[in-house]
Amino acid sequence: MAAISREEVAHLARLSRLAVTEEELATLAGQLDVILQAVAQVGEVTAADIPPTSHSVPLTNVLRDDVVASCLTPQEALSGAPDAAEQRFRVPRILDEDVAS
Amino acid sequence: MTDLTSFSAAELAGLVARGESSAVEVTQAHLDRISAVDDRVHAFLHVDTEGALAAARDVDSRRAAGEPLGPLAGVPVAVKDVLTTKGVPTTAGSKILADWRPPYDSTIVRRLRAADTVMLGKTNMDEFAMGSSTEYSAFGPTHNPWDLSRIPGGSGGGSSAALAAYETPLSIGSDTGGSIRQPGAVTGTVGVKPTYGGTSRYGLIAFSSSLDTPGPCARTVLDAALLHEAIGGHDPLDSTSIPAPVPDVVAAARLGASGDLTGVRLGVVREFAGEGAEPGVLAAFRAAVETLTKLGAEVVEVSCPHFRYALPAYYLIAPSECSSNLARFDGVRFGLRVGDDGVRSLEEVMSATREAGFGPEVKRRVMLGTYALSSGYYDAYYGQAQKVRTLISRDFATAFDQVDALISPTTPFVAFPVGARTADPYQMYLADLFTIPSNLYGGPGISVPCGLADGLPVGLQVMAPTMADDRMYRVAAALESAVGPFTPPAL
Repeated sequence: MAAISREEVAHLARLSRLAVTEEELATLAGQLDVILQAVAQVGEVTAADIPPTSHSVPLTNVLRDDVVASCLTPQEALSGAPDAAEQRFRVPRILDEDVAS
Repeated sequence: MTDLTSFSAAELAGLVARGESSAVEVTQAHLDRISAVDDRVHAFLHVDTEGALAAARDVDSRRAAGEPLGPLAGVPVAVKDVLTTKGVPTTAGSKILADWRPPYDSTIVRRLRAADTVMLGKTNMDEFAMGSSTEYSAFGPTHNPWDLSRIPGGSGGGSSAALAAYETPLSIGSDTGGSIRQPGAVTGTVGVKPTYGGTSRYGLIAFSSSLDTPGPCARTVLDAALLHEAIGGHDPLDSTSIPAPVPDVVAAARLGASGDLTGVRLGVVREFAGEGAEPGVLAAFRAAVETLTKLGAEVVEVSCPHFRYALPAYYLIAPSECSSNLARFDGVRFGLRVGDDGVRSLEEVMSATREAGFGPEVKRRVMLGTYALSSGYYDAYYGQAQKVRTLISRDFATAFDQVDALISPTTPFVAFPVGARTADPYQMYLADLFTIPSNLYGGPGISVPCGLADGLPVGLQVMAPTMADDRMYRVAAALESAVGPFTPPAL
């Protein structure tokens, strides 16, 4: 049985903000199915009482003194932006998205 | 005159320091070599000819003025294109960053400059460091100098191939699941994943933040140690950087080069010494174990029962972190923007940009991670993988109660032909079978050439406890002194 359906893959693409083509969807569905069946092996391990590891370095709350230091100028920070105006990143319209979709 | 590209970094540093060669001569020799062979190898995405020669001239004039210089002054280095370089193109092998010139240097690059090395350029890699062959680079694959029809490993295939092709004596890689060690193994060069937190991630374009580790690549163990010392150590700009000095890896490499491993206990990982690797790889590994024994090491077998779950755990944890990290590529702050026609919404432009800018492996991993993190699947996939990660770290801890370091083949197979594994993504993932456990645990690993199988290089991996990077350098240098070097056929 497939671990993931084509519809689920289409949903994942939308969540991932990837405008995949129908052809890609078919390929991805098959490949993700193979990968998911393989990685599901982690379920064989009895680990109910085992604490999770998110990070291998046991450091918490790394703080520094709040001192003024040099940083990027607005021009430098915007130097790689596809579009900029008035020292800001210029973006496509964001209003009416709910209506549009 | 002997070709300057044939020398090690340590030798070149000596030539420059004694004034027997200038930094400009050394740099020009490597630039000439790149011009002569890189159309066939394609190790470089960008060669910074002007920047390199300017840095070399600076070293020469400061030396002439009697100013103190770093221990690697005038030695060329190539940098994987995943590390930011101020004003120099940085693509991470992706179309989405094809025209990006970062406004700042990564800490690693800043330290390379401070050490007076000469940066030759940026090396090819699988897109966002996801892959084991460089075939997922948006700019075409790198070819293995041992056999140009074969892959050089990945994701840092460019950095390792550049060494094997004598285009540079030193290079920098980054290792999330084996991306330094596996390319090292299949190109017959040395690749080191330092302890996680031992080298700074500041300016390293993030793939999987809890695993990503920049590290040194070289043709000799001593050169790798010298580079490790130059780039390693605490960085306040990386909150996961370990606030402790770099272990004395250079002294360990020199000690190892004496070829005496008396008193060193090594553990062969039972789970990685039988099935899963090609016969030629296993034969070379077994011969290396015999050599290590002859050098005085005591070699025992050690079981790490959860290592067999490292690969599946990794392919849940790394994609999960990548799906989050790559959200920053949204067509707003840097890189590509597609479909901004004044009609499409921000979300539509974002989706069109990511669709056009990301290649197939990146899309697979972003979607896989999105799946593993989604409600309903989180506990069974990502949560369970994090618990398995704990068990793998416990396996290491138990093993290091018995031995000083663990050994295994670096990768299950020698360099495979270009195109052999791209049709089935999971077959590609198997390249990292033996290297992934160290990433999940956080400890260091090194790959050192140990022999040939069918004329292609095989690497031996040494894995050490966290912040005991010096131990693996000693073992690797001892093996190198007994079996090396392995030189590819002339290009």
